[in-house]
Amino acid sequence: MEPKFKPGDVVRIREDYPARHFRTPGYVQGKTGTIAAVHNAFRNPESLAYGGDGLPRQYLYLVYLTQTHLWEHYTAAQDKLYIDIYEHWLERA
Amino acid sequence: MSHDRDHAHNAHAPIEEHQAMTAYEKRACAIESLLLEKGIITADELRQQLEEIDAITPALGAKVVARAWVDPAFKIRLLADAKEAIAELGIATDALTTLVAVENTPHIHNVVVCTLCSCYPTTLLGLPPDWYKSLNYRSRVVVAPREVLREFGTELPSDIEVRVYDSTADMRYLVIPERPTGAEHTREEELAELVTRDSMIGVAKARLPVKS
Repeated sequence: MEPKFKPGDVVRIREDYPARHFRTPGYVQGKTGTIAAVHNAFRNPESLAYGGDGLPRQYLYLVYLTQTHLWEHYTAAQDKLYIDIYEHWLERA
Repeated sequence: MSHDRDHAHNAHAPIEEHQAMTAYEKRACAIESLLLEKGIITADELRQQLEEIDAITPALGAKVVARAWVDPAFKIRLLADAKEAIAELGIATDALTTLVAVENTPHIHNVVVCTLCSCYPTTLLGLPPDWYKSLNYRSRVVVAPREVLREFGTELPSDIEVRVYDSTADMRYLVIPERPTGAEHTREEELAELVTRDSMIGVAKARLPVKS
């Protein structure tokens, strides 16, 4: 399985609050960022949390977002947030 | 144990804990009992594991950073694949998921947090400090990193780029602090003493060398 995104791709982090374990914090949901790196494919923690096998593995990406995009009152335009997001939480922006 | 009646023991609070267990503590105890009862682990294995984790100090991480400061080729390997690079130094990496090293420069300052829980590069730094796990740090460092760093005594120039790393998943992040000025000719072992735990989380800079 090949990663769906590559470094430089602009992505949107999906908005979803399933009533179960997930590892995409609310503050980045619905926000747009850029792929910084493709880490690797890992077992899906949303399945592992309940004793599942975590398969199929999900690609994990390092995504960066500008802080001014995330927070209304942020002033330093060059500052960024880097965060690890699984592929099924990302869509092309 | 015999009790020494001549020795005053009233100076401090009783050592026994009287606080009620939280639901999570009760759950952890129940799981532990089951693992022991079913013979999946032994009490000695559990104790040994805790002893090993407690024995890890940030000195291990400091050794990695000092090597990166003196050996540019090692630094390149560390930034490309940190897990493989630290294995070169004889550090056991079996328990480590995946490690990423990020480098502080005159233009970029990195700081690490886990907003969801307390993910931390334990293999290199030992157990995280209490503040790293606090709601205060976890919630505020993403929103106002410059302010939080100032509270740690770390003033950043306004034109530097601040990068907050939120380690939400399988990766663990290690900050390589900047090599302090004045430490150009310091030996590797002495350099390691300048690398503190907090500088590898990114809330502080490395120590300045003592002028001789």
